[in-house]
Amino acid sequence: MIWNEKIECASREDMEAIQSERLCETVKRIYHNVPAYRKKMQEVGLTAYDIHGISDLHKLPFTIKTDLRDNYPYGLFTVPMSEIVRLHASSGTTGKPIVVGYTRKDIQMWAEVVSRSLTMAGVHRNDIVQIAYGYGLFTGGLGLHYGTENLGASVIPISGGNTHKQIQLMEDFGSSVLCCTPSYALNIAEVMREMKVDMKKLKLRVGVFGAEPWSEAMRKDIETKLGIKAIDIYGLSEIVGPGVSCECEHQCGMHINEDHFLPEIINPETLEPMAPGEIGELVFTTITKEGIPLIRYRTRDLTRLIYDKCACGRTLVRMEKCKGRSDDMLIIRGVNVFPSQVESVLLSISEVEPHYLIIVDREGTLDKMSLMVEVQEQFFSDEIKKLEDLRMKIARRLDSVLGISVNVKLVEPKTIERTAGKAKRVIDNRKI
Amino acid sequence: MLIKQLSIFLENKSGRLNEVSQILGSNGINMSAFSVADTSEFGILRLIVSDPELACKVLRENQFSVSLTDVVCLNCPNEPGALAKTLEILSDNKVSIAYLYAYSMGDSANVVLKPDQMEQCIKVLQANKVDLVKASELYKI
Ligand SMILES: [Zn+2]
Repeated sequence: MIWNEKIECASREDMEAIQSERLCETVKRIYHNVPAYRKKMQEVGLTAYDIHGISDLHKLPFTIKTDLRDNYPYGLFTVPMSEIVRLHASSGTTGKPIVVGYTRKDIQMWAEVVSRSLTMAGVHRNDIVQIAYGYGLFTGGLGLHYGTENLGASVIPISGGNTHKQIQLMEDFGSSVLCCTPSYALNIAEVMREMKVDMKKLKLRVGVFGAEPWSEAMRKDIETKLGIKAIDIYGLSEIVGPGVSCECEHQCGMHINEDHFLPEIINPETLEPMAPGEIGELVFTTITKEGIPLIRYRTRDLTRLIYDKCACGRTLVRMEKCKGRSDDMLIIRGVNVFPSQVESVLLSISEVEPHYLIIVDREGTLDKMSLMVEVQEQFFSDEIKKLEDLRMKIARRLDSVLGISVNVKLVEPKTIERTAGKAKRVIDNRKI
Repeated sequence: MLIKQLSIFLENKSGRLNEVSQILGSNGINMSAFSVADTSEFGILRLIVSDPELACKVLRENQFSVSLTDVVCLNCPNEPGALAKTLEILSDNKVSIAYLYAYSMGDSANVVLKPDQMEQCIKVLQANKVDLVKASELYKI
């Protein structure tokens, strides 16, 4: 099924016409209502009337995370606060959080794109959807919540955590769809195994997972362990939250809701647009958002765009699973590794705290990754076997998520240096 | 009957064992027995001391990962086959042992052991008249 066939299967010409019209409107609105944007445009010699369509997109200045911080909290809002009906915030690793505001129409648009996404994932109105993303300032929980209700399926708004209860409700309520982060899905699978849950009794069919990068290996792992189809959903709170793009049942890239979020791929070094199909940094311009429209917002996510028609019949452009980020990526034996992936693995293992240090060495021509993890009071055991088991469990999970083997070293507490602000997570000893 | 044993996580780096004994010594804590279990990556130091609670506190203050574990200590004659007999009693009663260490004191030997099921282990040992060492006695040694 397709939620909005007219848009999702539109011809390229029709889509570009919609995008051009909406882009021009957005640019006029921000130029007249947001001094910070007007100033940025004037600095490059642009007025609102110089943008005639998407072919002029590349002329516009970029927006980066720092712009949102510099204008904290409401500086980039395009409408008065009386029009804002909801606020969300994302906590950055450093400094102030980022605040986003939604008008009533923004909330409706968000529900629409999430309904489209869930339909792509194969969810329908008869489904019972367990939303185990956090509810609150984070966009995950409420974003999926409104989209699911809009679709007409039944929501279980359980939020994150309390894994035993998650599993109990899954059994009792007959949940057929699970929405959470992929690492939490693995955590649930693990606890199910410990509790010896009879998987045949579960109605679980589809998982809609996002909010962190995950590999194809991790997808296979989740699909086998939970016996479901695992669908990748993408979004970031600056743009709207989950629902910016989502995979269809063919799992061959995420369809971008490009009538609301106009994508581009740029070279992160030169900032020039890249040729179609090339990998670069994903940039979004929101073209319908009222509360806080963003012009050429740099996501730091690396991916490529696929314009071919999909087997599902949709023409919405697809983005590949994110290859990682343009800021902190490590390449080890040809594999892209992000400290955030390591962190999400450690967070999914209840005995460990995410105090870690990645060390990369080169022995001969082979790169080796070691991970130092602190042994904390609460998971220290007096038995060698239990500590070895823990070490192996971390290593196995990393292997499945990263696709490379990692030498896990348990170290004494407080061994890993604490620094004010962003922690130092990587020591790269390779001389390349 | 239960003895509180200190278990301390040690990375395999030089000087750490020494540091433990210095910290305990300067706090007036005496060691009655200890053993080290190690792998190539890390080790676990197991200690019976005169004041387990205080030892735990001062080691934690010095950034060690410490836990208090319940173990039992039995006393058996220091002669060939004595320990084997006791271990046989346990295995006949389906009690398995995670680890043990022992030290002899002339005519007899003390054996510290950690069973998988503590209650069952004590019941079996008492029923078979095995001499169990009281915590208060052991801490004084
Ligand atoms: Zn498709």
